[in-house]
Amino acid sequence: MLVALNGDSDSLTLEGRVLAAAQGIDEHLRITVTDGVISAIEPTAASALVIAPAFVDPHVHLRVPGREDEETIRSGTEAAAAGGYCAILAMPNTEPVVDSAAVLGALVEQARKEAVVPTGFMAAISKGQLGDELTEMAELAATGAAAFTDDGRPVVSAGLMRRALQYSAVTDLRLALHCEEPSLSRGGHAHEGTVAAELGIGPYPSTAESVMVERDLSLAGAEDRPLHLMHLSARESVAALDHALASGVRATGEVTPHHLVLTEEAVRSLDPNTKMNPPLRSGEDRQALRDGLRRGTISCVATDHAPHARHEKDVPFEEAPFGVTGLETSFAALYTHLVAPGIVSLETLLERMSAGPARVFDLVEPRIEVGARANLVALDLDAEWTVTEDGFRSLSANSWLLGETLRGRVVKTVADGRLVFEA
Amino acid sequence: MAELRAPAPPRRHLLSIADLERGDVERLLDTARSLAASLDREMKKLPTLRGRTVVNLFYESSTRTLASFELAAKRLSADTMSLRSAGSSVDKGESLKDTALTLAAYDPDVIVVRHPSIGAPQLVSRLTDAHVVNAGDGKHQHPTQALLDLYAMRESLGRLEGLQVAVVGDVLHSRVARSLVQALALVGAETVVVGPPTLVPRGIEALGCTVSHEIDAIAVADVVYVLRMQRERMGDSFVPSLREYTALYGITPARVRDGQVVMHPGPMNRGVEIDPRVADSGAALVTDQVRAGLVVRMAVLYDVLTVAPVEARERVEVG
Repeated sequence: MLVALNGDSDSLTLEGRVLAAAQGIDEHLRITVTDGVISAIEPTAASALVIAPAFVDPHVHLRVPGREDEETIRSGTEAAAAGGYCAILAMPNTEPVVDSAAVLGALVEQARKEAVVPTGFMAAISKGQLGDELTEMAELAATGAAAFTDDGRPVVSAGLMRRALQYSAVTDLRLALHCEEPSLSRGGHAHEGTVAAELGIGPYPSTAESVMVERDLSLAGAEDRPLHLMHLSARESVAALDHALASGVRATGEVTPHHLVLTEEAVRSLDPNTKMNPPLRSGEDRQALRDGLRRGTISCVATDHAPHARHEKDVPFEEAPFGVTGLETSFAALYTHLVAPGIVSLETLLERMSAGPARVFDLVEPRIEVGARANLVALDLDAEWTVTEDGFRSLSANSWLLGETLRGRVVKTVADGRLVFEA
Repeated sequence: MAELRAPAPPRRHLLSIADLERGDVERLLDTARSLAASLDREMKKLPTLRGRTVVNLFYESSTRTLASFELAAKRLSADTMSLRSAGSSVDKGESLKDTALTLAAYDPDVIVVRHPSIGAPQLVSRLTDAHVVNAGDGKHQHPTQALLDLYAMRESLGRLEGLQVAVVGDVLHSRVARSLVQALALVGAETVVVGPPTLVPRGIEALGCTVSHEIDAIAVADVVYVLRMQRERMGDSFVPSLREYTALYGITPARVRDGQVVMHPGPMNRGVEIDPRVADSGAALVTDQVRAGLVVRMAVLYDVLTVAPVEARERVEVG
């Protein structure tokens, strides 16, 4: 279930090169939106903008409740609107954790008053995300949970993971998993590889992710239950996902812009904004993630937008929390670093940022056709802009792109029939 | 990083051996040697840094490093003060950033930083106008230790180029090993790192060394450099027991051949990584290393303050 603040639907027209690969559209068109619904699509003269189905982000930390100094539903969804998103899913690792209908219900109510962009809330798999007892999944589903995840933490016990897979069948929601074997990642702050060895940073090996990915895929296959793998970082994990898909496991995967663009080399700067969980890995890992995204093994780009207060990141590398923001820079970062150099096609990127994640979480797929609710993004591919701290709508500025000049800019976002962003 | 001051003119720091070139190392060692000579000849105090202030900011316990930085500053006639985390506002939860900004208000010329986290000296260098010297950050770097080790090697063996050095023990957790391997590569020495597979990080070869898990690999070395084996590593099963570690990698008289010198950064665990008979033998350079620490740290303080990049030198002359 997605919720947003109530408001009137808008009427507007957008003109540009319309790219909707899923519907086989690539031509210059004028799209007329009347009261939030696409009412006409007509040929038009060539223009500079690209119009595409708006983006869906399956992995956002809104920090509500508990850390409203870092992000609120309002600021986070305004950031999403500026990033071209028409739907986002928020993570439950808040203070308190979203593990009860009471907390979830309050969030849904708050989103009706604040959310500029339709927002869904994932609920925890285990109470308090402690990995001991399952949450009341049926009641959470009835209250509007979008999926279940203990994101930020793994489900350490294989037994509880198996029960979660089995029991979640009482809902039609899927589990989204943060795969990390804590006995392998403990004390780790950067990928176990050359850079961590040289700098003496606590190593976080690829196997800390991949052994958990393999375990969970194995359990999902045995239980014949669907599974979504969050923020994949290691090539071994991608290979495990490929293998599971080939043997019929109903698994999906996501990857973040920072894992697609950066490698462990970025950590040499000791900039806390290059510190994420899972960590930035080697060039071979990045290659496997890019290949997986192209093939569709990895069907979603997810920002893992993780706002942190400035004073928490203004510390030495190993003391800094994991995570970076991403909602407002995802398209431009990936257009600049993957599409412009010809590594991933624009069509593939747009699909993996929109229909891909919508399908995984059974959200309405943004489509460009007469009669559909308007979920559209207008992009200026030639625009260059520099990422600066004061340019963010997010309350936090812990971006790995600060100071970088990017190509490609979101100029308009229409989410569920409303114009939510205009540059 | 956010909210920093306007970019100051470049200043010389000593944050990592990785920032140095061979010429820098040679200049520092030569400076140390001439300082040693003048200390022998004249009084124990030189007027070189009179009126300068050196602050030691130590977030980890330290005996020899702190003592030698304090003494080095005093021998050069600088004003010096030392701040330890225990008993200061750090105990009350003050962040490194705020402590650095507080110290910066006194306009120190040099801040010497030791901190359990990698990158802490870099953070201090971005937040203040002082020259920053890294006295050990996390498991990252301890550049003055590497320089004093090179100094002691050169004084004892007469050369660095082509020297064969074996670094033995817990490389994974050792900033001393990382700095030393890099420094040895810089001056043309050859290094083999020897230790159990669990304590030699994957990828360490990139620093310019080879790796062996066999103690026999030390046989060809001119210098056997022994790392401290920390008892707290037992809890994480890096090795099954100190007993087994000593049996496999302890430096015993039988494993040291004639003509080899043995070094240790201290503090030593006698009977664990180094046999007391070796530690007390003529082959051991341990006290030479301590003496080298004083003159090398004098040279470093002198160097960061006087051998400045052009822009910074202009600024010093104007100011």
